[in-house]
Formats: sequence, structure tokens, C-alpha cells
Amino acid sequence: MTTPLLPLDAGLVARARDLAATAAQPVVDLARSHTTVSVERATLRLAGLTGADPDGIPWVNRLADAVQEQTGIEHGIALPVFHALKDFPDLERLAHAAAAGGVGFELPKDRAAQEARERASAAVGAGFDRIDAARAERTALVAGIGDPPQRPWIYLIVATGDIYEDIPQAQAAAKAGADVIAVIRSTGQSLLDYVPEGATREGFAGTYATGENFRLMRAALDETSREVGRYIRLTNYASGLCMPEIAALAGMNRLDMMLNDSMYGILFRDINPIRTFVDQRFSRQVHARAGIIINTGEDNYLTTADAVEAAHTVTVSQLLNERFAHEAGLPDELLGLGHAFEINPEVPESFRLELAHALLARQLFPDAPLKWMPPTKHMTGDVFRGNLLDGFFNLAGVMTGQSILLVGMMTEAVVTPWLSDRDIALQNVRYVLSACAGLAEDFHPPANGFIANRANHVLGEAVDLLGRICDDGLLDAIADGTFGIMKRPADGGRGLDGVAKRADDYWNPAADLLDGAPNGGAA
Amino acid sequence: MSRIVRPYGDTTGDGMVQLSFTLPVPHDKRAEGAALQLAAKMGLDGAMLVHAKPIGESYTFFVVYGASTHLVNLDEVQVVERDYPHLSPKEVNDAVREKLGRKITVVGACIGTDAHTVGIDAILNIKGVAGEKGLEYYRELRVVNLGAQVAVPDLVNRAVDEGADAVLVSQVVTQKDAHLHNTREMSAAFREALPPGKRPLLVVGGPRFDEGAAADLGVDRIFSRGTMPSDVASYLVHRLVFTNRETAA
Repeated sequence: MTTPLLPLDAGLVARARDLAATAAQPVVDLARSHTTVSVERATLRLAGLTGADPDGIPWVNRLADAVQEQTGIEHGIALPVFHALKDFPDLERLAHAAAAGGVGFELPKDRAAQEARERASAAVGAGFDRIDAARAERTALVAGIGDPPQRPWIYLIVATGDIYEDIPQAQAAAKAGADVIAVIRSTGQSLLDYVPEGATREGFAGTYATGENFRLMRAALDETSREVGRYIRLTNYASGLCMPEIAALAGMNRLDMMLNDSMYGILFRDINPIRTFVDQRFSRQVHARAGIIINTGEDNYLTTADAVEAAHTVTVSQLLNERFAHEAGLPDELLGLGHAFEINPEVPESFRLELAHALLARQLFPDAPLKWMPPTKHMTGDVFRGNLLDGFFNLAGVMTGQSILLVGMMTEAVVTPWLSDRDIALQNVRYVLSACAGLAEDFHPPANGFIANRANHVLGEAVDLLGRICDDGLLDAIADGTFGIMKRPADGGRGLDGVAKRADDYWNPAADLLDGAPNGGAA
Repeated sequence: MSRIVRPYGDTTGDGMVQLSFTLPVPHDKRAEGAALQLAAKMGLDGAMLVHAKPIGESYTFFVVYGASTHLVNLDEVQVVERDYPHLSPKEVNDAVREKLGRKITVVGACIGTDAHTVGIDAILNIKGVAGEKGLEYYRELRVVNLGAQVAVPDLVNRAVDEGADAVLVSQVVTQKDAHLHNTREMSAAFREALPPGKRPLLVVGGPRFDEGAAADLGVDRIFSRGTMPSDVASYLVHRLVFTNRETAA
């Protein structure tokens, strides 16, 4: 994207970014000065602890819980854990004993502390070596097999609940033209305070995100990538109570994109705001290290709020997501900022409005792989009309140069997509991409035309809202229902009991390593 | 006018329907024959296969047109008609204030693992749906929206604590009939916790519910797709203000 399509007010753009940075800073400070149980468990996962007890509770939870009870998490659990490890052959055996109540944890001092620190750094370092190796392998595979020949990349969802059923569906979808496969998660996983373990065959409206499911699907898609001659990217979700752990698992198992929104868990899952912001920062640092493209969730606001009235809240959220992501070390090329085609089709000139909003996002974030999300709110069950709407959605995506296009299903709001629904939807995408290839080149909305004016108007509203957020504080703005009309106070929501303010002697080798390498370390 | 009807294509009585489906077979002559045979067994006379397209190597998608051999007698069709008057927000508020003399308390939630609050929010949030305000907008209704993934025991406890006159439950996820299981669990829990006279009115809603299944699921009323907040408010007034109500057994 070299020539700007819209004459946006440059001063306004600069002001928007300044305000976003100001609004984000107190939350960044909060994230840097707190830890959570999930950050600490992610550290154990990086150190190589896997497996679960007979009830399916992961050993990282059992071990972290035992330490939390004895020393708390405010010092970080790495020192107590790796100090105790001197009497055990490995972390798993330590976790077994700790779960049985047979381990006393303490904060070691002096030489013992130094030894524990060395053990912890070596173990966690091995986890980062795995992440770095996965990233290098991705780079090599993309170089060898190749990227999709076109933009936008075609993003398709599979969700059967059974990983062994998902695999052939994902492979079939890739062969039918999908460039990115997202395995949607089981409903409710975001509210589990642990990551299920192993390959799973039962889920509700989706498949559990587990390390083993990640590994199985990635291996299957590697096979398919070679067959179809393009590297098929794999997406999952780092939202919910376990963002840091899922990010670690994703990095080690070479996922390529992760849903990771700064506020989604707060607004749509009623997760405590502080828990979310702390978890989010760590998880994004891990994504940055792993070279994973994050996908943010602005589309969700428009499913609850009106897409015209609330258009500027999408822009505000994109700017905040950008700011938080940059701070966590994610470069522009890993910022899959989201937005959606959700204006009521009964609104006059709705398509022009969509084009204005989509171009605004495109131009505000020229180097970000924007994720363009299809209509869901105004899909009625009339599958014929739905297919037409999806066609217009595809057209808007091509005309405005979107980067990642989530394929809309005309059976949205009716059933989870059937094989034939996917085929028809992909046919729709292929037709529009082929018929309108290069159309963006010819599409230059005039200055002071409807589209340019609308885009500047939304940007102006976004700047106003950011100004109010700076005055009130982001946490208060969230509490007041600024985004997606959900009101979420900072002391409410799930997972607050897993948050602690870092003590002066807080030590976490993973956090140290990530903070020391703000641009993601290995290239 | 005849009470016996057939589908209408372009001529009265032609019975024409259009149908699409996928068979798990590669596309060949036999697959097309199989599609026509299926259409015939579904009651389509003179079925025409207008479109057949392979999906991958082992599936084929078909579009078939044909004349249905079935008839429907409108007099034998059973539906749940609205059996209460539709009221405006003002009429609802007036009725509650004048006839009941206190506010109606409504507790709403998505239960089980269902995280899709879009339905309950459309009915409850002041924002409402399609330009119509939700129940929070009604001055004489006190709304407690518990949000998503509320455990049934928590819902029961909260309903008791709040002195709920009505409990509204939304269920969007229908995989493995989760919406039916969750609704039965909910109604059973209320029956267990409270005697019939003390139980709040139990109302469930969701796009895939059968409105005639209320008795089977142990609830007072089911609302299906297209329900507006005023439909629900009118029903609540009808049952709680104007009817000497008897809740579902």
C-alpha cells in the first residue's frame, strides 16, 4: 500500500496515536507491575512441564497452586519451584509430590537462590529454544513451499469438537482454497482456568485448544501445504483465562496466527480487566518471539453495538490494540487488527459506509495484515440473501485491500457450516477475487466525497472518544460500557483471585527474557 | 379458498420445490442417479437434477427441482399462536403499576456453557434489537442480567435472592441438543428448589427452540426466532398481572 487512498487529516491521525499511547500507558504500567497464575504456569510450560493428573487437571496447575498456597505468586514461582527441584529428578515428579502435599516451598537465599535461578533459566531457555526453532522452521517452510499467490489470504474455520474429525476437514478446506485454517474452540474454554491436556474428541461448538491438538493439526497441515504448494497457516485462540499458557503452547507447536485481543475477554467473557491486561501483555510478548500474527477482535463490538453508530469504537480499539502490541514487541507485520462488515443492509448506502470504514482501517494501519470479518449480525437464515451479502463483503475486502479475509457462510445463524456451505462460500470468494483482481488500483474515492468524508468523520469521533478515555482512564471507560456496551468494573469479573502485585523481589526468567528482547529476539 | 395446499412454483397446484444436498460419493452417473432416487423417495415427482458439483474427491453437491406429491391441510396445522394481547412499553408499565402495584423482577441468563449473550442481551439490554428497546427500558420492570455461562444452581439462588417473578434463559448453542438438556436441567432445578406457587415464571428463548415444546421442557413459555422485547414484556404482563397464573408443573 504505497499511495494513500483517502485524504485523511494527518494531524488527526497523529493525535489519535498520541492519545492511544497516553490511554494505554497506565494499563501497561499495571501489566508490568503484576503477575497472574497463568503467567506463572506459562513459565512452567516453557520449562517443559506437561501432562495432567487423573482428573485432567494439568500438572502446571497442581504445582503452581501448591506454590501459590505457600509462598504466593507475588515473588514469581520460578525460584521456589526450581529450589525445590534440587531434590527431584524432574518437574513432573516434583509436581506429583507437590500435589500430594509433600513439598515445602520457600524462597531460597544467597547461593541456593543463585543455583535455583540457574536451573530455572536453563529450563525456561529450552522452551524459548523450541519457540525459536519453530519460528525458524516456519520461515524455512514458507521459503520452500511458498505463500498464497493472492491477497487477501482466505481464512476458514473448522469446528467439529473432535480433532481427528477436524484434521480431514481442514485438509479438505485447504485443498478447496483456504490459506488459513482456524480451529474454533469449544464454547466455554475461555473461562477454564487451565488448558486441557492431550488430543480431545469432545467439544461444544468447537474443539479444545491443547498443545497436542496444536501439534496434530500443524503436522497434518504441513503435509497438505506440500501437496497444495502453499504454506497453510494455522490459527487458534489465546483469549480467556489462559492467554499466556496458550501463547506458549502455540509458539512451541508452530501455530501461525492467534486470536489475541486486548479487551475481548473483559467485554465478552467477563474476565477481570487487570487479569486480562497482565495476561495479554505476556502472551503478546510470547507471540512476538514466536513470529505469530495476532488477530484482534474488533468485529465483536459490532455484533452487540450498532455498526454505524459504534464504528469509531472499532477504530479506538484498533489503535489501543496497536499500542499494546507495539509495547509488547509485536511489529506491524504481525498485527492482524480486526474489523467487520456488520452494517445493517437495510441502511441506505450501507455498502459505501462499509467501504469508508474498511478504507479507514486500511489506511490507518498500512503495514498491518488486517483481518476482515464477514457479516453475522444481519444474517437471517435466508441463505440466498446471505450469499449475496457475503459477495458484497468479499467485494469490499478486495476493493479496500484487506489482508486476511474470513470466509462468510450463508448459513451463519443457522447451522455450523456444512461441507457444501463451505464449498459455496469459497466459490463466492474465488469468483470475487478473480473477477475483481486488481480493482483496488482503480478505486480512488474522491476527496470530499461520501466515503472520504465518512472516514474522516469516524476518525474524528475516535479521537474524541480517545480524549475522553485519557481523561477518565481506560479501566473506567471499560467499567462505563464504552466498548460493545458491556459494563465491566476493574474489581469484577472472573480470574481476579489469580492476580498479584509483583513484590520487589519478583523474578520470572521468562518475563526477564521477554522484557530484555522487546522486538521478539530471534528473527 | 381451498384449505388443502401444495408448494407453488409458478402455477397454482404445481407443487414445485427446490432442494439441495450433498452425498458422500464421487461425482459420476451413479451419484446423479442416487440423487434422483433420494428425491423420489422424499416425495418429489419428476425430479430434475439441475446442478451437480464435486466437492473434493469423495463428495458431490446437488440441486434438485421437482413436484412434491404431498399435500398439507391448513386445518390440521397446529401452531402456538400468541394467546395474549401485544402491549406497548407504556401499556406494560401502566398495567404493572396500576394492577400489580409493584415492579416485576426479571432475572436473565445464558446457562450452561453457552457464551452467546446476543439473544438475552437483545431482549434485556436497553439497546434492544432492531430499533426496539429491551426490557431494561421498561420503568416497571427490574432487570437483573447475569450474563453468560451461569451455572444452574447459581441461577436458582440468584432468582430466589432477587425475588424473581420471571426467569429468562437464552440458549443459542444447539450442538448435541445442549439447549434442550440445559433447559430441562434448569426447570428441574427450579421445581426442586421451590414449591409450585413460589416458582418464578420460566421462560426460555433461542433460535432453534420449538415453541410447542414448553410442557416437554418443563417451562412456561418458549420464544423462538424473531421474538422482540415487547413480545416478552407483553407475555410477562399477561401471566403475572392479568392471569391468576399456574406455572408449568
